[in-house]
Amino acid sequence: MLDRRELIKRAGMAALGAATSLGSVSAFARDTVTLPFDNGERPLVKYPQKRPMIGLTSRPPQLETPFAVFNDGAITPNNAFFVRYHLADVPLNIDPDTFTLEIKGKVDRPLKLSLKEIKKLSAVEIVAVNQCSGNSRGLFNPRVAGGQLGNGAMGNARWRGVPLKAVLEMAGVQTGAKQVTFNGMDGPVSDKTPDFVKALDLDHARDGEVMLAYGMNGDDLPVLNGFPLRLVVPGYYGTYWVKHLNEITVIDSVLDNFWMKTAYRIPDNSCNCLEPGTAPKSTIPINRFTVRSFITSVADGAKLKRGGTTLKGIAFDGGKGIKEVAVSTDGGKTWMPAKLGKDLGKYSFREWKLPVKLEAGAHELKVRATNNAGDVQPMDPLWNPAGYLRNVVETVRVTAA
Amino acid sequence: MTRSTLLAVSTIAALIAGSGFIAAGAAPISYTLPDETAAFKPGANVEVVKNNCTACHSSDYVQTQPRGPKFTKDFWQAEVTKMIKVYGAPIDDADAGKIVDYLTANY
Repeated sequence: MLDRRELIKRAGMAALGAATSLGSVSAFARDTVTLPFDNGERPLVKYPQKRPMIGLTSRPPQLETPFAVFNDGAITPNNAFFVRYHLADVPLNIDPDTFTLEIKGKVDRPLKLSLKEIKKLSAVEIVAVNQCSGNSRGLFNPRVAGGQLGNGAMGNARWRGVPLKAVLEMAGVQTGAKQVTFNGMDGPVSDKTPDFVKALDLDHARDGEVMLAYGMNGDDLPVLNGFPLRLVVPGYYGTYWVKHLNEITVIDSVLDNFWMKTAYRIPDNSCNCLEPGTAPKSTIPINRFTVRSFITSVADGAKLKRGGTTLKGIAFDGGKGIKEVAVSTDGGKTWMPAKLGKDLGKYSFREWKLPVKLEAGAHELKVRATNNAGDVQPMDPLWNPAGYLRNVVETVRVTAA
Repeated sequence: MTRSTLLAVSTIAALIAGSGFIAAGAAPISYTLPDETAAFKPGANVEVVKNNCTACHSSDYVQTQPRGPKFTKDFWQAEVTKMIKVYGAPIDDADAGKIVDYLTANY
């Protein structure tokens, strides 16, 4: 804890407007949680601007949202939103007054925009899920290397910013351009480590939906979620949602750095899956979310009162929108359609609920979503060597008495 | 205390209580990450591991990996090779072997 002198010193700084200091909260593991796989014990950690989160790694920080948060509503609060960095040089001192976004490469008019200038452009809002490519990796069987996450590396927010398209038009994309690359202020500790830079194809980058976001649920972005500006790529895995975005480059080739060419690849076949334990013949960059749904109102292993109860949860997909959510209380033998909640847009979590009656005894509850393209969650998990795209029909085992 | 100082104190207090982000106008943001608590397990060659690995990442990157028959020496060898070849870790050959031995014995 801060002592009184430290408190006053900080107060003085804040009063002078010298800096907003976010930190020195003694941040430690008050408690642990155990994720439902071997070696799944994690500390609950407290970071500035965040409520207690499931700590995966501390440097660079990776924080998972405690799953109970998803039962509170379709929007994930900023202070509960997951955090994922790749490289340990995280920007900790950021001056929004001097921050600039550079747009360069194959453009007619290279630009340097201040945050103020970006905020003067016509703003748009979109509600969209961000989900880590490796969300739920710890649940893969057989297990695979990488960040061993439960289901909490996802979140849904109302993002505010400007369409990337508008800024690309200001800069004037030249004929022959193929991709747009994105780099943020975070970087590697060693200059031998490939900097985290990602790319989108030009047509995707200027589809009008990809956004440069400075606002999240009515506030600034939290520092660990990319303050003051991040890319929002609706329907696409979080690897493309570059944080602390300050450099956009239009290129006339296909980016072939480690983060595009080697990492974040999925098998190039119709299911993007493989026989467990095998290696793919060819791969493509990871792209849109697969369709998923969760029961949020009861946890696995819960003991319930027999009789009537209302199950509730969330569903989402990569942008077709959720058409139907079905629930089974008998391990998948019979299914009942759930009532869908308010439609916040095709990229958002869609809440669902269903009143059910549970007799005394053990029950296997399952939830299965179908999107507007007819894609449905598989009953058995699909496997790939990097542990991406998990979207099996989830099962929650409860006992009623 | 002046009124503005009092307000500032309550702002800081709110931050300490973890009640969320306080809009700071255009003031620079200064963020402090919590100290690390995780540590490598004691064991032969742990100093070599600390010297070569912790510049870029904390020990929980190792600690949280899966366990079991598929995650023994070959797995750790592949990870150390990846750190050298992909991430450019400046680990010399003698140390690489010691690191693999340590990881295999302890994780």
